[in-house]
Amino acid sequence: MAQGFFLLFAAVSVITALMLVLARNPVHSALALMACFLQISAIFVLLDAPLLAVIQIFVYVGAIMVLFLFVIMMIDVREAVAERFLPGGNLPAMALLVLLGVEMMVLVFWSDRFSLSEPVASRGGDQIRDLSTTLFADYLLPFEVASVILLAALVGAIVLARKETG
Amino acid sequence: MVPLWWYIALGVVLFVIGAAGVLLRRNILVVLMSLELLLNSVNINFIAFGHYYDDFRGQIFAIFVIAITAAEVAVALGILVALVRNKSTLKVDDVTMMKG
Repeated sequence: MAQGFFLLFAAVSVITALMLVLARNPVHSALALMACFLQISAIFVLLDAPLLAVIQIFVYVGAIMVLFLFVIMMIDVREAVAERFLPGGNLPAMALLVLLGVEMMVLVFWSDRFSLSEPVASRGGDQIRDLSTTLFADYLLPFEVASVILLAALVGAIVLARKETG
Repeated sequence: MVPLWWYIALGVVLFVIGAAGVLLRRNILVVLMSLELLLNSVNINFIAFGHYYDDFRGQIFAIFVIAITAAEVAVALGILVALVRNKSTLKVDDVTMMKG
């Protein structure tokens, strides 16, 4: 059952990712990426991480993709539709990508750490409570640093996108 | 149950597709979207390992990755809007202002 759901979500996410890379129109790419993120959040549900699935939908589909669509709306994307790929020989990049994929797959099959088919014994209990306790107790400093980074990004984005006056 | 390596293989496939988008596409917007896909495929790995080895740190790192991604997208799109305003181009190979 879980295997069937995993194969379904994985297949759809790979197809939509390919659509993202191959689509001519950036709007189609954005919609394909949105569908891909929804599939990935379904995979997070399969992995017993419902909180992450909800965060994924809120942040990626709700915020980041809407930001992308707003920018696509603001700027004229028609001129960039004609040529999809970089001009000239893309052979080195393709070779690099194939090498990367083959290398990672070989390493995954080589090592026996990945052959685990069942999760190790779970502690049980309230998962989200434990998660948030760990996040706000052991990882409080990284959390605060992340909030400062978000604030800096907010200010930086406003300054960069503002029209120059005078 | 689904074996762990299925999730890792899915992460690998999505990573390679995203890297192809970053390396081959000409439109800056699509390059940025492919970057999102790269970060998301890494998140799948974090959460899969966290689930199979019963460790919360996978999910915590995924939360941090999502937060940093949001910051990165905001700044990148701000730069993109400024770039389009000043140079009115969306092609990766036209942006060579920093070239010596």
